[in-house]
Amino acid sequence: MEQNNNENYLVLKDITKVFSDGRGNDVTAVDNISLTIKKGDFVTLLGPSGCGKTTTLRMVAGFELQTAGDIALADKLINNVAPFDRNMPMVFQSYALFPHLTIFENIAYGLKIRKLSKEVIMNDVAMVSQMVNLVGLENRYPGELSGGQQQRVALARALVLKPEIILFDEPLSNLDAKLRIQTRTEIKRVQQMMGITALYVTHDQSEALSMSDQIVIMNRGEIAQVGSPEEIYNNPNSSFVADFIGNANFIDANVSEIGSDSLTVTVQGKSISVGKTTEEFSEGEEVSLAIKPEAVDISLEPTGFLGKLDVSSFLGSITEYKIEFENSFIIAIHSNTAGHTMKHFKMGEEVHVDFNKDFFHIYKK
Amino acid sequence: MANSKLKRRLNKNSFHQLTSDPALFIGVILILASLVLFIVYPLYAAAKLSLSSDGVFSLSQYQYIFTHSYYRKSIMNSVMLGVIVATLATFVGFIFAYAIAKGKIRGSGFFQSMAILPIISPPFMFALSVILLFGRNGLITAKLLHLDTSGVYGLKGLVIVQVITMYPIAYMTLVGILQGIDPDLETCAMNLGAKRFKTFFTVTLPLALPGIFASWLLVFVGSLTDFGNPIIIGGEFDVLSVRAYLEFTGMGNLPRGAALAMLLLVPTVGVFFIQKYIIKNKAYVTITGKSSRRGSTSVTKGAKNGLFIFTLLVSLFVLLFYVTIISGSFIKLWSVDWSLTFKHFVYAFDVGLTTLKNTLVLAIVSTPITAVLGMVIAFIVVRKSFAGKQVLDFLSMLSYAIPGTAVGIGYILAFNKAPFKLSGTAFILVAVYVFRNVPIGVQGGIAALKQISGDIEESSTNLGASTAYTFRKITLPLVRPAFFAGATFAFVRSMTAISAIIFLVSARWNHLTVLILAQTEIMRLGAASVLSFALIVVIMVFTFIIMKLTGLKQSQIFGTTN
Repeated sequence: MEQNNNENYLVLKDITKVFSDGRGNDVTAVDNISLTIKKGDFVTLLGPSGCGKTTTLRMVAGFELQTAGDIALADKLINNVAPFDRNMPMVFQSYALFPHLTIFENIAYGLKIRKLSKEVIMNDVAMVSQMVNLVGLENRYPGELSGGQQQRVALARALVLKPEIILFDEPLSNLDAKLRIQTRTEIKRVQQMMGITALYVTHDQSEALSMSDQIVIMNRGEIAQVGSPEEIYNNPNSSFVADFIGNANFIDANVSEIGSDSLTVTVQGKSISVGKTTEEFSEGEEVSLAIKPEAVDISLEPTGFLGKLDVSSFLGSITEYKIEFENSFIIAIHSNTAGHTMKHFKMGEEVHVDFNKDFFHIYKK
Repeated sequence: MANSKLKRRLNKNSFHQLTSDPALFIGVILILASLVLFIVYPLYAAAKLSLSSDGVFSLSQYQYIFTHSYYRKSIMNSVMLGVIVATLATFVGFIFAYAIAKGKIRGSGFFQSMAILPIISPPFMFALSVILLFGRNGLITAKLLHLDTSGVYGLKGLVIVQVITMYPIAYMTLVGILQGIDPDLETCAMNLGAKRFKTFFTVTLPLALPGIFASWLLVFVGSLTDFGNPIIIGGEFDVLSVRAYLEFTGMGNLPRGAALAMLLLVPTVGVFFIQKYIIKNKAYVTITGKSSRRGSTSVTKGAKNGLFIFTLLVSLFVLLFYVTIISGSFIKLWSVDWSLTFKHFVYAFDVGLTTLKNTLVLAIVSTPITAVLGMVIAFIVVRKSFAGKQVLDFLSMLSYAIPGTAVGIGYILAFNKAPFKLSGTAFILVAVYVFRNVPIGVQGGIAALKQISGDIEESSTNLGASTAYTFRKITLPLVRPAFFAGATFAFVRSMTAISAIIFLVSARWNHLTVLILAQTEIMRLGAASVLSFALIVVIMVFTFIIMKLTGLKQSQIFGTTN
């Protein structure tokens, strides 16, 4: 029982959310999704805007009531539990700090509602302030803090309640790039230290990849794929996931031969062997090959396929090449590690493109 | 099929929010019930009376009104007056708003005060001043120009006093809109080669047009439903609101009085709908973002001087009226004996002290009720979703659209017998104040709440706070300025009410404005001046106390700057 509780800690079953504007225009934001979250896991809902990830999070928090389906926490249905009784503090994208309360009062807000004694409140707030590095700012107002500090107050306000589960709604999207990376390690550290289950909404793939135990990719109200960061990155199950998570290149190809555990496809008259997937293909079928930019190599040696260099961008640790290939463009990324000299190509020059064939994924067009 | 099932779920959901929060549920029911009882029911009573003859449905009252030139004339007069006043007041209001928001003329602070001062004045104070200045014994007409004229009574006098009374409405509508027009747009137009004049006519004015239209309609309705000015200075120029009153109380022809009041309702409700459903969607500017730069270069020095002189002249004209009222309080017999005296004070306090006290008590009682109710409704409308929300929103704003005359008549008809026998009591006056003024609180509350991101309240809920706790600890402190602005307006409007309450006052519970009207009618202008003066002082003291207690600025309370 205990075991089951931990494995199926937060369960969403057949959840649908339809928004109605009252004039008969219904929009289905979330379409019959099911999801099981393990206790202590860091789970990310990842997807483009409008995919239903925030709506899903808000249904878990109780701000939206699902049109159909059940949400259960530790084997208890929470469909009818009011949002203020769910005890799932949320870190908002806008932080939603109370502008008329000091930092101390902001953090202590939930504790005061729970009618804890003054000493406990002082103690807990001090502890959390220490943990997220806010000591000395307790008497300031939110308006007097920097964005990063405000973000940490929002986090502290949630953590101080010692919740079993904590919700994040794109909490880092208002921070600059450097602070974002710093803060995400910070969040991850605290989450692991306190053993909290986290449900985290983002549209930033690197955030999802770096923080998550499980990533839930959503698209148009449905779940596209669930898996660990490695699984999702290495084995995207659809061209949508491949595109979204790895910025994959897509190359048109024809299936020329179907073998027992591999397929042979033709590109520019040359054959490429690709591992089989669960999908069935027929001979002669037009397909898409997805390949990540880092698995594309270019050289002047006539070894592979033919392309034309459109533009190259030196980005410090890497160089990105945009290559015209088969009436479309593909991207190649080369690492500029020490000793490995950057290759120089001229714009418009004919180049030879080679693919690391182990990284091909095949999808129906 | 599946779709209709989903729909049912949806409805259940919106109802669910109501039932899962009992405080909200009970609150909504109570508010709806009181809105129906004090807004819809009186209106229904008046409409019913106007539409029946000998107990059966009949249009005979309306037929009579439209077939007799006597009544047709007052309808025509009302409309004509409304059109003239709306046009002039919008013009004056626009100049003030433009001079302050865009021109940044010298003394903007002073002109801002001058643009809202008339709002906190008794309803016919200007009419009284105009009589003192331009009447038969007027200081200017009779003494300085030696004219024997009563020309100020009628259309001319009415236009003057109504424009002065109502240009603040136009100003307040327009100043926010002009401030909301990003100066960068004007700079950009000039950068593209438009001269300042051209910029004004191709960018600024078109962007302000929805506001100008809105302000015109508001003033039009204000003029149409004005009662205090026409009854004093209208003379032979008969208007609907006064005719309805005379018909109802003077001649005791209740059905015809009710029918005339109902006629006033047509344009006011029409404008209400235009405001609510058309202009709102047409407005180009939302006053949420801060303009990137405040310094506007779109007004030339010459134009600035022109704006300054115009606003200064209007301001001096307004001030002249105040000086007149104050002088009138001290002068023995206007135009005859200019010696100074306190006898008006003695007399006025003799006849008016109890009334002043009662007026003040009722205003002070109704003010917090109005402000709290308005804020609660605004909160529910903005933050909650449930079946029937639109009804609540609509009803709470509706009384804004009902002319005071119709309200007064409706209340008399609705509350003169069991089970709601309230006429003659203080309660009926408090009810009128609360329900006539609540839309202002609702409107201000909605505007303030919409500026607070929903995240903030959700975050409070998420941390475990109930709806009531969130409202008390988060929402209320954040909407404090709007709350006190609403309260101040409610107080001012209760103190200066006339058109509705003139039907409802009694010997026990009289209102100061009604007393001033009576004194004016018996030509005790000195006493009338003293009582008006007293009313202004009370209002100013109250506003001052609110400002001191809350630390809010005048502009925050009267909402003229963002």
